[in-house]
Order: sequence, then structure tokens, then C-alpha cells
Amino acid sequence: MTAHAPILPILIPFAAALVLMAGTGRGLAFQRGVGLAAALAGIAAAAWLTLLADRGEILVYALGDWPAPFGIVLAADRLAAGMTLLTALLAAVSLLHAGHGFDARGRHFHALFQLQIVGLQGAFLTGDLFNLFVFFEVMLLASYALLAHGGGLARTRAGLAYVVLNLAGSALFLIALGMLYGTLGTLNLADVALRLNGLGDDFAPVRLAAALLVAVFALKAALLPLSFWLPMSYAAAGAPVAALFAIMTKVGIVALLRVQVVAFAPAAATADLLAGWLMPLALATVLFAALGALAAGRLRELAAWLVLGSAGALLAVPALAGVDLTAAALYYLVQSTLAGAAFFLLAERIAERRGNASDAFQPGPAPAAPWLALGFLVAAVTAAGLPPFSGFIGKLMLLEAFRGTPAATMVWTVLLLAGFLVMASLARNGSRLFWDRKTDLAAPAAPAAGWRRGTAIALLVAAGPLLALFARPVADYTARAAAQLHAPKAYIAAVLGKDTRSIWRQRRP
Amino acid sequence: MEALLAIAIGTLTACGVFLLLRARTFAVVLGLTLLSYAVNLFLFASGRLVTGAPPLIRDGAFYTDPLPQALVLTAIVIGFGMTAYLVMLALRALAESGDDHVDAGGGK
Repeated sequence: MTAHAPILPILIPFAAALVLMAGTGRGLAFQRGVGLAAALAGIAAAAWLTLLADRGEILVYALGDWPAPFGIVLAADRLAAGMTLLTALLAAVSLLHAGHGFDARGRHFHALFQLQIVGLQGAFLTGDLFNLFVFFEVMLLASYALLAHGGGLARTRAGLAYVVLNLAGSALFLIALGMLYGTLGTLNLADVALRLNGLGDDFAPVRLAAALLVAVFALKAALLPLSFWLPMSYAAAGAPVAALFAIMTKVGIVALLRVQVVAFAPAAATADLLAGWLMPLALATVLFAALGALAAGRLRELAAWLVLGSAGALLAVPALAGVDLTAAALYYLVQSTLAGAAFFLLAERIAERRGNASDAFQPGPAPAAPWLALGFLVAAVTAAGLPPFSGFIGKLMLLEAFRGTPAATMVWTVLLLAGFLVMASLARNGSRLFWDRKTDLAAPAAPAAGWRRGTAIALLVAAGPLLALFARPVADYTARAAAQLHAPKAYIAAVLGKDTRSIWRQRRP
Repeated sequence: MEALLAIAIGTLTACGVFLLLRARTFAVVLGLTLLSYAVNLFLFASGRLVTGAPPLIRDGAFYTDPLPQALVLTAIVIGFGMTAYLVMLALRALAESGDDHVDAGGGK
């Protein structure tokens, strides 16, 4: 049974999606029940996988028992297993939130949601680049439909731009994979790393393929010239969908980090591929997102800019990629994902309580909801990186890890400046939302929050303080994950076996 | 044969990118379709071009690399599904706004 642990986080939501599609006419109670049961089982499976992976061995699962590099493998190291756990937790909370009524606004919400989880989990676990493409597409296809869920022209427009952009990105991904296969003769990540090392002098095509691959990951992770799609589409999505989307940019970041550390950095042909340009662009993304947060006109847009800002800070990491830096970045990734998701859920509830003023930053009826205001305060403090919550610890760890690197001055300046801008924006807009009340407007009769939405919001907001309280175990785990990621030889040996010379190769013209 | 295929891929890509940059959804959909044809041909060629050989590996036999064919098949299926969804979305945008301009703010 232990041998099958790596596939469970993918299989459980997949089976649930099939059941949900078969039971389309069964009514919402059935769909919610199956969806939530699958989400809880997914948490259990991911937690178990994390425990197994934390023993230190990389769990390799050969699909159909075809040995790598000829078959497709899943490789669960600490990083992949930890990411599956984060995804499972976030998905369960978002699903709980959606169960209040958002799922009833269109058909097939629950099946699509489970398929989105399949794509996310698969993208984290796979050890094969073409399989990564397939899981990206599963994830995107589900996200296209989820983005449009609930209807409305804004969502359709945003969806159209999002789909076209990602289809162009997919075409680029396939070109990169074709070039990689054409030059190296393999698409298994461990084997790509091995072949890159044994490459002769003629490596221009490989460099080009690697650069294209990096460009695709940069698009998914929303690096600056490729990030204009994010605020619009995330702000247009429904609250629980946007909360789940908070982890989608992180898929691109983790993929970039893994490919860079395992394959590109150790090889002479691609060692300096990210040097010089990724760091300035990532910092520009951080500043751009901070300015966007300052200019945002609604809370939901502000949340989307916050997601973009955290993606920018994380994208500064792969170019340098030391063990300490990766460890700090992984902690930052966990806390920023949960904080971003919390904002999307809060925005919806605040909008509901303000009637026509919605979540726009203008005077409106007083929300008169102390718990909501408190939740907003905690989430804002976390997102702005102020003490005492996890945002502060994450930013502190990141800054501390950058200290010894050559780019330290630039990184410190940009991250602190951006943090200040975000804080100013949150303070100004928070006081507008909660204090700048028009007394002549009667408070609208807001629908009840419901226990599902209340619990979901409370859980995500509580993640900030909790991640600060339990910062030690989480940071220790990310440190171990980073150490394991930065030992690519062990990864290659786990996937391909010790005796890599015996792999039979076709001679290429 | 290589030159012919290269010219075909290049032409398809150029037309695809040109159409992709148009402002109407119909042209964009056509552009993406052309682009995906070009990508599929490119993937197919990544296993080297061989004529008259089966994609079956046997010792000593003459064969063509079977893997790109499997990759292309997957890419075609995914691309087809995506295009279908995009067409549906474009139709919905047209029905909701009476305009098939791709830009959220433009067209009106």
C-alpha cells in the first residue's frame, strides 16, 4: 500500500470527479457530500504522503510499472508532498465555502473543482516534463470553466483573455518540449538532468529549449511582462474559485524552481540561463504589484495584486537558489498562498454586507460586523508582512536569506518599499471599508454567512496566526525540503536507479 | 523533405501569430488553430523524419521514433478540447455583449 501513496492525491479527486459526473442529476446535497468527502480523503492522503516523504527517501511511482526514463514516473520528495498537502487543505476550505450556494449558480461545479485538484496535484508530483504539460492542461481546462462559473459578462470577458493567453502558452510549452526531445531524446526530468551534463559543445538548441520552458513557467507564475492577465482574471473569478487559484501561480514557481535546481543549474550548458534577468524582472513584478495594490478600486482587485506581489517575491529565488533561500521561499509560499486566499473570501463577504457599495473603496453603509472587521485586520496584517503574524516571519526569513547574496541591497530595498506600499494601501482601504460610513444609507439586509462560509473564512484567516505559532515545525520542514531539493544527484538516482550507464539510447543523427 | 516541413511549420506559425494578434475572437480562434497545427507538426518532427518505417521497435530493424507520435496524439486531443471550449466562450461573449471584440474595454 505504501508503494501506491504517491498516486493517491491524484486518484482520489479523479475518482470523485467521475462519480460526480455520473451523478449529475442527483442534486446538490449528493454533490457537496461527495466533493467534501473527497477533499477530506485528499487531505488524509496528502498528509500521509508528506509523512512518508519526510523519512528522507524520494518515493518514485512508475505508472504502469514501466521503468524510467521510458515510462512516466511520479516522484514525491518533501517539496512535492508538502505542496500536495497545501493544495489539499486549500481545496477543502474553498470547497466548504463554495457549498454555501456558489456551487448552485451553474452546472458541474463540483466535478470541475475535483478535476482542478487533479491537475494541481499531478503538476506537483510528476517527474516527467510532458506529463507536467498534461497536468497543466488538466488544471487549466478546469480553471477556464471555473473562472466562467457563475456567469456574467465580466467573467466571460476575463475568461476569454485568460484562455487565449494560456493556449498560446501551451503552444510555447509544446515547442519547448519538442526541442528538448529533439536534442536530448528524453523528457523525464531526471534523465534530462543527466543528459544535460553529458552534453558536448553544441548546446545552442538545448539552451533555446530551456529558455522557452522558463518563459512558459514565467507566464504561469506571472512574471512582469507576462503578468497583466492575473489581476483581471483573478478579480473576476468567484470567491471560492479565486481562493483556489491563489495556488495556481505557485505551480509555475515550483516547476521553475525544480527544473532549475535539478536540471539547469548543475549543467554547463544552462547554468547561467536565469542569471542577470530573472531577479530584476521579479523585483519589478513586486513593485508593479505594490503599485497595483495602491491603485486598486475594489477589495477583490487588491487581493489579486497581493497574489501577484507574493509571486514576484518568490520568483526572485530560482535565479540564486541556495538552500537557505529556497527554505525561506517555501515558507513564504505557504503563508502567502493562504493569506491571499483568505482575502478573496473576506472580500465577498464584505461586499455582501455593504449592499450596492459592494467591495469598492468608497463610503458606504457600515458593515456593522465586528468579527468581519477583526478578520480583515488579521488578514491585512498577515498580508502586509507586519508582526506578529506569519507574513512577517515569512518576509523576515526571506530577507535574512537574501542577506549574503550579491543582490541583497536591491532585494531589501524593493521588498521593504513594496511592503510599505501594500501596508499603506491596506490601511487606507480598510478604514474606508469599515469606518467611512454614510449614516444616511441604511445597512442592507445581508444574507446570513452560514456555517460553511463562516468556518472557511475563519480557518483561512486563522492560518496567519497559526503559521506564526507553529513557524518552527513548518520552517524545519521547508528547510529539509530545500536540502533535499538541492541534492539533485539523489533525485536522479531515485528515479533512474544507480546504474544510469545501462540505459539504452537510440543513436541520433 | 526537411525543408518542405520547415517551410510549412514556419508559414503556419507566422499566419497563426498574425491572426492571434487580431482584435476579433473569430480570427483569434483561427490563429490558435493554425498555431496548434504548426506545433503538432514540429513535435512530430522532433523524432527525426523517416519515411516508410513502422513506429515499432525491434532489434536491428528500421523504425521511426514512436514517442513523438504519442506526444502529438495527446497534444491534438488537448488542443481540440481547448479550441472547442474557446469557441463556446467566444459565442457566449458575443451573445452577452453583442460584440466579438476580444478586449474587455474596447469595441464599444
